[in-house]
Amino acid sequence: MREMFRGFRAVFYKETLHVRRDFGTLFFSLIIPLLQMLLLGYGIDTNIRQINTVVFNADGRQESRELLDRLKNSDTFHVIRYVTSDGEMNNMIIAGKAHVGIKIPVDYSDKLLHQMSAQVLVLIDGSDSSVAGQAINVTTAIGLDESLRRALVNNETFAVDMRPKLLFNPDSRSPNFFLPGLTAILLLNVTTFLTAFSIVREKERGTLEQLFVTPVRPMGLLLGKLLPYLGIGFFELCMILTFMRFAFQVPIHGNVILLAFLSLPYIFVSLSLGILISSKANSQSEAMQLAFLTILPSIFFSGYIFPLETMPKFFYALSYFVPARYFIDITRGVILRGATIVHLWPDALALFTMGTFLLLIAARRFQNKVIMA
Amino acid sequence: MPANLPQPNGATEAYSAADAPDPAISARGLVRKFGNFTAVNDVSFTVRRGEIFGFLGPNGSGKTTVIKMLTGLLPLSGGDANVEGLNVRTDAERVRERIGYMSQNFSLYPDLSVTENLTFYGRIYGLHPDRLKKRMDDIIQMNGLGPYLNRLAAQLSGGWKQRLALGCAMLHEPRLLFLDEPTAGIDPVARRQLWDLLFDLSGHGITFFVTTHYMDEAERCSHVAYIYFAKLIADGTPNSLRELPDVTPPGTMRVEITTPEVTRALKIGRQTPGIRSATIFGQSIHALIEEHFDLEDLREQLQKQGIAVAEIRPLAPSLEDVFVELTYQNQANSAKETEANRA
Repeated sequence: MREMFRGFRAVFYKETLHVRRDFGTLFFSLIIPLLQMLLLGYGIDTNIRQINTVVFNADGRQESRELLDRLKNSDTFHVIRYVTSDGEMNNMIIAGKAHVGIKIPVDYSDKLLHQMSAQVLVLIDGSDSSVAGQAINVTTAIGLDESLRRALVNNETFAVDMRPKLLFNPDSRSPNFFLPGLTAILLLNVTTFLTAFSIVREKERGTLEQLFVTPVRPMGLLLGKLLPYLGIGFFELCMILTFMRFAFQVPIHGNVILLAFLSLPYIFVSLSLGILISSKANSQSEAMQLAFLTILPSIFFSGYIFPLETMPKFFYALSYFVPARYFIDITRGVILRGATIVHLWPDALALFTMGTFLLLIAARRFQNKVIMA
Repeated sequence: MPANLPQPNGATEAYSAADAPDPAISARGLVRKFGNFTAVNDVSFTVRRGEIFGFLGPNGSGKTTVIKMLTGLLPLSGGDANVEGLNVRTDAERVRERIGYMSQNFSLYPDLSVTENLTFYGRIYGLHPDRLKKRMDDIIQMNGLGPYLNRLAAQLSGGWKQRLALGCAMLHEPRLLFLDEPTAGIDPVARRQLWDLLFDLSGHGITFFVTTHYMDEAERCSHVAYIYFAKLIADGTPNSLRELPDVTPPGTMRVEITTPEVTRALKIGRQTPGIRSATIFGQSIHALIEEHFDLEDLREQLQKQGIAVAEIRPLAPSLEDVFVELTYQNQANSAKETEANRA
């Protein structure tokens, strides 16, 4: 067993020296994710508010103005212009200046007064599905509410009173939801690149070949490379979390220590992935391309942006092979929902299994293939 | 730095593999194929302990492949080899513990200091801290790296890099060292010093397997082999190779003609019947001539053309002559074989 990890301590010693010597590069690779977080954290708001709206109010009387006020007060619509014809309204939407057009017909108030059904036309630009969905929901809800109020006489109460309450993120703040996921992506980025580069650099210099003429064993070599970067990845995680907590005021509901502890298997997977990449790539640019290949699935099939539940079956199944999926589960669990190890151990176990598996494949590839180099 | 060391022993006696007890390397019919391409074809040789074995051949002829096979980096497609008494097929792991290897590009970590490079390689071989300390002192004494211990490897000149690389390869006291073009790209003084060091170490019983392009280095080896397009075409001491009948065919002899006007003399010489081949070496011409040829005739002929001839004297073939001659013959033979195969 000991024999299998031969050379581990020597490689570990050497890697820590490399890291210390090349502090500048390391510094930048640690700072850049924080900058990215700054940009994305402030720049991206997943809540849809203030949709540009054009209004054609053909009626113009009190009832129609009341309806418009209610729509505006919903915070969903931002009226940029009042027009006086259907053509103008259509043009605004086609030109992309407005995403919603609301037309109140000329007989709106009359019909209401005569207890008839009044129609309001809402045109919605469907080119952005989330904007369209939000517009449909809000207009339908306001319409329904308006109808009920008119149907009920003398301030009767509603028969059924739905009271939705948002748990965990009561203000529906975007950063609260967005940043825990981003943590997983940023961490993956740093650690995968760092390990892949550190091994490919040895290939380029010829020192890897030299190492293979010594009694060092692949497992000793790979673990010796991996552990220093595990430390760096962990440090990076702590920085990201600190940044998230204090710069973006994202409250952490669960135990931070648990989160830090559960990040280790995730960092381990990303590092193993980096090592696997380096067993394939022969130059740093090749390694770069392969590493990028791992990033897109981590963004799209991890639940980071798009909910997994709505994915087609195939892609849903695919998400089980995306490490970021499990870690996003962990970060959102601990940070937003205050989840504990009881809820999260399957994620941690999945990550640890994946990491071990990837590392073993990499070690095998090194045993077989570097021999040929 | 040891200087004025004697030429390695055994340079004058005829080489015989058969009487070598437990050789450092014995390769028997090595074959290595990459797909359809045969990089090493039926190569056999024996390296005795304490020898400096020069392994020569043009680029791409299979030198590095042979080293990789002997160090267990590349599986054999055929044949068998023992290195330090261990079979490379079955015991590659233990072979690596017993040998040292220095590659063409010295394989140092440029961002690590001299001491750190040494410490790293020492630990890789699992040296106990006390022993590592002692070995590092020995190595630093041997290669004179003392003043540069804290310098980064990247800041060392080529010669010092090479000495450091050699030191790294020797920390674990291997009895056999593989040096792949150890002197490529370093200055002549550093080259000379390296060879002095190699002679000294080989005097202490360490065996060296050295590949090189330099003929003067080949002349210094106690045993040379020449590989040409995957096949070993010469194997022996430099002297025994010089005496090969193929190199100086019966009825011919080699002479050196010293003259201030080598270029013109060469032109005339090449047109003269009885001179089989001629080539320029600095201020002289080396020629292979037929024995009945009258040297005085040649001198007169050249002088008639206004070329002063300082001296004409018989000459032993250089290793370059040997390898050039063997290469020509090998090419001719393989051309014949191809024709025979076609017929």
